Amino acid sequence: MMLPLNLKALCFVVANRPIIRDMSCEITAGPKTVILGPNGAGKSVLMRLCHGLLHPTSGSVAWHGRGRQAMVFQRPVMLRRSAIGNVIYGLRLAGVSRKEAESRAAHVLEAVGLTAIAQRAARVLSGGEQQRLALARAWALEPGVLFLDEPTANLDPNATRDVESIISAIHASGTKIIMTTHSLGQARRLGDEILFLSDGRLVERAPVDTFFRRPKSSEAVAFLQGELP
Amino acid sequence: MSDISAALAEALRLIGGMDAQLAQIVLLSVRVSLVAVTIAALVALPLGACLAIARFPGRQALVAILNALMGLPPVVVGLLIYLLLSRAGPLGEFGLLFTPTAMILAQAVLVTPIIAALSRQVIEDAWIEYEEQLRSLNAGTVAAARTLLWDARFALMTVVLAGFGRAAAEVGAVMIVGGNIDGVTRVMTTTIALETSKGDLPLALGLGMVLVAIIIGVNLLANVVKLTAQKRHG
Ligand SMILES: Nc1ncnc2c1ncn2[C@@H]1O[C@H](COP(=O)(O)OP(=O)(O)OP(=O)(O)O)[C@@H](O)[C@H]1O
Ligand SMILES: [Mg+2]
Repeated sequence: MMLPLNLKALCFVVANRPIIRDMSCEITAGPKTVILGPNGAGKSVLMRLCHGLLHPTSGSVAWHGRGRQAMVFQRPVMLRRSAIGNVIYGLRLAGVSRKEAESRAAHVLEAVGLTAIAQRAARVLSGGEQQRLALARAWALEPGVLFLDEPTANLDPNATRDVESIISAIHASGTKIIMTTHSLGQARRLGDEILFLSDGRLVERAPVDTFFRRPKSSEAVAFLQGELP
Repeated sequence: MSDISAALAEALRLIGGMDAQLAQIVLLSVRVSLVAVTIAALVALPLGACLAIARFPGRQALVAILNALMGLPPVVVGLLIYLLLSRAGPLGEFGLLFTPTAMILAQAVLVTPIIAALSRQVIEDAWIEYEEQLRSLNAGTVAAARTLLWDARFALMTVVLAGFGRAAAEVGAVMIVGGNIDGVTRVMTTTIALETSKGDLPLALGLGMVLVAIIIGVNLLANVVKLTAQKRHG
C-alpha cells in the first residue's frame, strides 16, 4: 500500500506568488478525504502536487511505497476516439492486454451507466457524460488512490447521485478517495474527513461532523456561512 | 490576343483528349510528389511530435533551425542533391542523377522541414491541452507522441497536403536533379518552364491548368474530410 501520504512543509510558488504555503499533514488510508475551500484556495494545485504533476518549490510529498494513482480532472481531456476507446487507452498504457482491457472497459462503462454511448466519439459527448467517462477511465485502472477534482461539477441531480454512489463503491473496493467539491451537501454525504484550505494554507482538518457542527477557524466559519439554501 | 485564345483552346483540347504526352507528364509529377511526401511525412511527423513533447537542452534552437529550413530555396536543395548524386559525389556510384528517384529525393528533402515544423506547431498546441491528462495516465514521451499524432490526425492531414502542394509546385530542385529529360524526368513544372521559353504555349497552359486543378482539388478534399471528421469526432 502506498499510504500514508506525508506532506512536509510543502510550498508551491509561481512567479513569486505563493499558491501552497507551508503545508504539513499526513493523509492516511481509509477515510474519504474531502478538500474544501473557496475558489483559488489551491485545492486543484494541491492535488496536482500530490499526484506528481507539479513539483514542490520546497518541502516534500512523500508516498509510502509505490502503487497506482489516478486522477479525474476538473476539466477532463478526452482523446479523439470512442468513449470505450478512451477507457481502453488508459488500460493499455497501464500494461493491460487488449482483450482484458476491452472487457474491463465494457464493465466500468456499464457501472457508470454509459454503455449506450460506448461507441460514440468521446469529444462530442456532453460535459456530464465526459465527466462520468473520465471517472470510468480512472476507475478501470483500479488505483490505490483516486484523486477527484470536482467530479460532479457538471452533472444534473440524478447523475450526481449516481456518481456519488459510484465513488462510494470505488471506496468500498479499497481505493483511497481524495476529492474536492463545492457542494457542501456532497461533502457531508461523501466525506469522512475534511481538509479546509484558504489562501494556500491548510487552515483546518477535522472529521466531517465536527467540521460542519463546530468549525474552529474564522475562515471556515465564514465559508460555511456563505452556503446557499 | 488571338494567339492566346488559340493556345487556350488547344490546351483544353489536349486535356479533354487525354493527350498521351500530357498524361505521361502529369502522372510522373503526381507519382514523384506523392512518393516524396510519403517519405517526408514518415520522417517529419515523428520528428515534429518529438520536438513538440520532449524537453531537452537545445530544443529551442532546433525548433528555430527547423522553422528557418521551411524557407529553404528549392534551387539550393537541388544543387545539394546534385552534388551528392553526381558521379564524383558520395552517392555517385548509384547512378541516380537525372532519374525520377533523384527528383523524389530532392522534393522529400525540401518538404521534410515544412511538414516537421508545421506538425511540431500543431502537436505542441495539442500537448498544452493533453499534457496533464497523459502524464496522469503514465504515458511516456514516445506513447504521448504516438497518441498526439493520432489525435491531431485531421490537422496533420492538412499539413501533409500543404507539403504535397509545395512539392508538386516546385521547379528549381527537380529541374537540376532531374534534368528535364523528355519522357523520363519531365514533370509539370519543368515542362511548363521549358515549353513557355520555346513558345509552345498550349502544352504549357494545359499543364498549368492541370497543376492548379490538382492543388486546388487536393486542398478542397482535405478541407471537406477535415470538417466532416471534426464534426463527428469533436
Ligand atoms: N500553473 C499555474 N501557474 C500559475 N498560477 C496557477 C497555476 N495553477 C493555479 N494557479 C493559481 O493558483 C491558485 C489556486 O488555484 P487552484 O486551481 O488550485 O484553485 P482551486 O482551489 O482549485 O479553485 P477552484 O475552486 O476555482 O477550482 C489560483 O489563484 C490560480 O490562479
Ligand atoms: Mg480547482
